[in-house]
Amino acid sequence: MMAPEHWITAHKIPVGTAMAAVIDVVRHYGLGVFDAISDVVGACADGLTIMLLDIPPLLLVAVAIVGAWFLRRSWKLVALIALGLLFIINQGYWNETMATLSLILFSTLCCMVVGVPLGVVSAHRPRLAQVLHPILDLMQTLPTFVYLIPTLILFGLGTVPGMISTIIFAVPAPIRMTQMGIARVPRSLIEAGEAFGATERQILWKIELPAALPLIQAGLTQCIMLSLSMVVIAALVGAGGLGVPVVRALNTVQVDVGFESGFVIVLLAIMLDRLCRSKEPAQ
Amino acid sequence: MSETANVALDFRNIDILFDRSGRRGAIEAALARLDAGETREEISRALKVTVGVAGANLGVARGEISVLMGLSGSGKSTLLRAANRLNQPIRGEVRIGNGSAWLDIARCDGDTLRELRKTRIAMVFQQFGLLPWRSVRDNVGFGLELRGMAPSVRREIVEEKLALVGLSSWADAQVHELSGGMQQRVGLARAFATDADILLMDEPFSALDPLIRRKLQDELMDLQKRLKKTILFVSHDIDEALKIGSRITIMREGRIVQTGTPGDITLRPINDYVADFIRHMNPLPTILAAAFMRRFRDLPVRPDGLLDAGTIAIDQHAPTAHVADRGVVMRACGEWEPGAVCIVPTHMSLGEVIVMRQRSGFPVLVEEDGQLVGVCDDADIYQALSGERRRG
Repeated sequence: MMAPEHWITAHKIPVGTAMAAVIDVVRHYGLGVFDAISDVVGACADGLTIMLLDIPPLLLVAVAIVGAWFLRRSWKLVALIALGLLFIINQGYWNETMATLSLILFSTLCCMVVGVPLGVVSAHRPRLAQVLHPILDLMQTLPTFVYLIPTLILFGLGTVPGMISTIIFAVPAPIRMTQMGIARVPRSLIEAGEAFGATERQILWKIELPAALPLIQAGLTQCIMLSLSMVVIAALVGAGGLGVPVVRALNTVQVDVGFESGFVIVLLAIMLDRLCRSKEPAQ
Repeated sequence: MSETANVALDFRNIDILFDRSGRRGAIEAALARLDAGETREEISRALKVTVGVAGANLGVARGEISVLMGLSGSGKSTLLRAANRLNQPIRGEVRIGNGSAWLDIARCDGDTLRELRKTRIAMVFQQFGLLPWRSVRDNVGFGLELRGMAPSVRREIVEEKLALVGLSSWADAQVHELSGGMQQRVGLARAFATDADILLMDEPFSALDPLIRRKLQDELMDLQKRLKKTILFVSHDIDEALKIGSRITIMREGRIVQTGTPGDITLRPINDYVADFIRHMNPLPTILAAAFMRRFRDLPVRPDGLLDAGTIAIDQHAPTAHVADRGVVMRACGEWEPGAVCIVPTHMSLGEVIVMRQRSGFPVLVEEDGQLVGVCDDADIYQALSGERRRG
């Protein structure tokens, strides 16, 4: 006599095979599209890396220092950036750092371009927010390796699948923060706009977005940090950068290389975080 | 509502309902029950529909300050917000004079509505509604900016309005650097900047300290003397309403109970509800001598023909006042000197009458059109203070 659990096992619901079939169909019909995306995104990211590497490191350090001063006007931050970048040169990870930086900048840019408008729209349409909510949860909780496989199939090895995985992982942050920021704009401010005859577009640009700016900025910072946490995983599918020495150190059990590249990643994270953090706390 | 020629804003049969149920047809069902005479509570319980305002009729005359008074939840703010359609009336018209024609704000199209809001109707909010990331200057210029006015043109107007409210030196300050009273002055300047002829003020001074509140009330009245706007003002404070209002409307549970001048409301409350409201006002600045004096015709006549007003006797025909059969000097209160009986005009307030009664030591006489008509003695003053008012 068959036990009930055996019956349950024998009638497996084809979740995995269904997803595989979906990816197969997508790949079959969308090959051209994905190749095109792959080419464009890859060219942009690699182009940015090459450009960064073309500049002499010390000149770039100087540019970063001046930029940091104008952005934040803090000697502490300037000192942090100067010492941090010099340390990276000293450790011999300049090229990898530039590759990682361009990967992060590019995927963060994509995340913000997609995330902020989506956040605004979902703040205005609660129905959409309801649909979006579980999808965003899924994107952030599904183990990264799982969607690394289909991205690998669709985009091939290299920078692009790493970047796509990074975007999938990081884009919920700006969407959520923008949505929260817009949804939290006090009703009285919107009514002030309406009472003086603002159009919907004017309310968005002159009231909602400025009011939500601190949270949108927090979303940007989060997005950068999430992207940075993906560098090692991106390296597994062939993206360049600081993840590569970590993976290599893991495979060959080199403690020294592992810690060196690990520290550089942490340093990069701290510098980017301090640069992006908003100057004054939101009221 | 017959004096249409002078009416700037006219609410006609306004019903405003809010549907909390989300069911289709709930509003229509609620209107049917409202017309059948059911109360707010019954409709709210049965249909989850809130009746904000029901059957409100109110004309606001050009250049007057019309105050909507009531407890919280009485529908006063709801009615005010129908004037620029922040609340959409379900039934009725909100008419605004537009050249020679009338325009219905409740039903006009979006472009017309925005145009009205930009040029004709401005608003001042209880919590100020200023944009905290903008400077004072950019807040005042907000309405003009929405109109698409160039910054250089805007600047001059903004400077002028800032000077009007006494904030010229704060133009470049951030809003959060200002005190509450100053922030509401920015709110006023913003409303004045669009040169709208109608001003909606939704409890503008309620969030302020009592001292600052009185100061801003005085400033508003000063400005109004010069600017002559049509102001619809919401307040829950009877003293504020009596002080600034040229016409007062008392609301209760979404309906208008009584509309009238401050005199009408204080002297002729239409029912106990209004009378109860009046009982809680500060009588000193609001009750006038005319309202509480004893008229000569009500005084007993002594055997010698003089009117008996307690400590003094009055010869109505001479006219002279006598204390213990000795004549005393009478002086108008502006020229009063020790030893004289004081004569005050009918519009003298209770507080001022008390001062003159105390200083002179005699009952205070009241004159109207150069004729002595009444007297205020201690008994009359106590009666006025205790809220037992003479009617009529």
